[in-house]
Amino acid sequence: MTLSKEELIRYNRQIILPGFGTEGQLKLKASKVLIVGAGGLGSPNLQYLTGAGIGTVGIIDFDEISLTNLQRQVLFDTVDVGESKAAVAAAKLEKLNPETAFQVYNEQLSAANAMDIIGGYDLVIDGSDNLPTRYLVNDACVFLGKPLLYGAIFRYEGQLSVFNLLHEDGARGPNYRDLFPSPPPPEMVTSCSEGGVFGALAGIIGAMQANEAIKILAGLGKTLSGKLLLFDSHDFSTRILNLKVNTDNPVSGNNPSIFSLIDYEAFCAGPVTSKPEEGALSATQLKGLMDAGTPPYLLDVREVHEFEIAHINGVNIPLSELNERILEIPSDQSIVVHCRSGVRSKKAIDLLKDKGFNHLKNLEGGLLAWQKAIDPSLEVY
Amino acid sequence: MKIEIIAYGIAKDIINGPSLSMDIVEALDVGTVRKILLSNYPALKGLASLQLAVNEEYVSDDFVLKENDEVVIIPPVSGG
Repeated sequence: MTLSKEELIRYNRQIILPGFGTEGQLKLKASKVLIVGAGGLGSPNLQYLTGAGIGTVGIIDFDEISLTNLQRQVLFDTVDVGESKAAVAAAKLEKLNPETAFQVYNEQLSAANAMDIIGGYDLVIDGSDNLPTRYLVNDACVFLGKPLLYGAIFRYEGQLSVFNLLHEDGARGPNYRDLFPSPPPPEMVTSCSEGGVFGALAGIIGAMQANEAIKILAGLGKTLSGKLLLFDSHDFSTRILNLKVNTDNPVSGNNPSIFSLIDYEAFCAGPVTSKPEEGALSATQLKGLMDAGTPPYLLDVREVHEFEIAHINGVNIPLSELNERILEIPSDQSIVVHCRSGVRSKKAIDLLKDKGFNHLKNLEGGLLAWQKAIDPSLEVY
Repeated sequence: MKIEIIAYGIAKDIINGPSLSMDIVEALDVGTVRKILLSNYPALKGLASLQLAVNEEYVSDDFVLKENDEVVIIPPVSGG
C-alpha cells in the first residue's frame, strides 16, 4: 500500500506530527472502523475518522433524521429531515474524503447480525443510544477480540473509555461489563429524548472517541484503556477513575458463563417483562373510551413548551408541578395520564398513587403511540 | 469525620445535587455508607447493585473510608 501525492498533501498536517509520519498514515489507510449509531456521538466520529483517512468506515443506523437531532448532529442539514441517517451520512462523508470507502448498514445491530458485521472491522465506536445495544456491542467485541471506543452522554455529562484493548503483555483491558456488571432497571437509565442533552457535549465526547481511535490505529501514545473519564460540562469538572478487570466477568473473566450473544432487550428489561404493565392503556383503548362517550380525565404531564408543539386535549400539569397543583385533579374520576413516551406519566402515576388517587391508567407509549395508532398528523418530536 | 458523596447521572436527581457532605463515624466502610444512603434516599434502590468508587478507584464494600474521602456514584448513561 502506498500514498498518492494528493494523499500526502491531504494528510500533511498529521503526517508531520512527531511519531505519526507516513507509517501512521498507512496504518489508518489499512484500517476498517465501524461506527454504531450515526447520532450525536457518531457524527463527530464519522467526520474526524473520515477526515483522518481511515480506509473503510462502516456506518450502522436504522433511524431517520429528525428535526430534534440537528441541535447536536451537525453532520446533517435541515433538508435531510426524514432521510436515512446512514445513507445521508455516507453521501456527505464521500464529499469530505473520496479516499475513504463507506459501508452503509441501514438496519439495527442485533444479536443475529452483530458477529458478522463487527467481524469485518478492526475497531468499533459505540455511539448507540440504549443500554441493550451497548451490552451487545461490548460482548461481540469481546468475543471477536476487537477494541471498543466507549462513549455515552446524558444531559451535560459524558463518559468515555477504551474497552477490550490488547495490551503489550497480551492481556485485554477492562470492558463494559467490568464497569457495569448488571444493568439497572430501565427507569434508572434516561435517554437523550427524555433527559435532554447538551449539543456541544456530544461533539466533545465524540471527538475524544475519534481521537483515541486514531491513536490506537496509528499506534500512538497512551490510551484511556483501564480508565473511565467522567466529564461534567455543566460545572466543568473532570474525573478519571481506574477500572479493574473483574475476574467474575461473565464474558471475559476466569470462568466465563456466556459464550455467545444473548437477548439483550430481556437482559436490560429486568426480571419482570413479557406481561403487559398493570394499569397500562393503549392508544386504541383510550380512543375507544373517548368515542364511547365516557372520556376519562386526561392528564398531560409534559412541560408547557412541549404541550405547545402538540397535544390531544389533555389537562396540562407538568410532572415538575404535579405535587403543588394536586388539588386541581379530580379525585372521583378515572384518570388517564400521558406524556411523550410513557416514562414520565409512569412517575406521575406513582406520585398520584402516593397521594391516594385511584383508577389511574398510563397511556402506553404516550403521545408517540397516539400519533402512530390514531392521528398521524400530530406533530411529534 | 466528614466525607463527600459525588453523584453523576440520574443519581444527581436522587440526592438533589452533584454532591453531598456526610458526617460519619471513623473507620466506616463503603458498604455501610451505601446502606445509610439507601435509607436516606430510597430511590437509590434501583442503583443498589452499582459498584462505588472512592476518589479515583472502584472499591468493594469492605473498603474503609478516611476523612475527606469522596464516594462516587456513577450510573450507566445510555445517550449517544
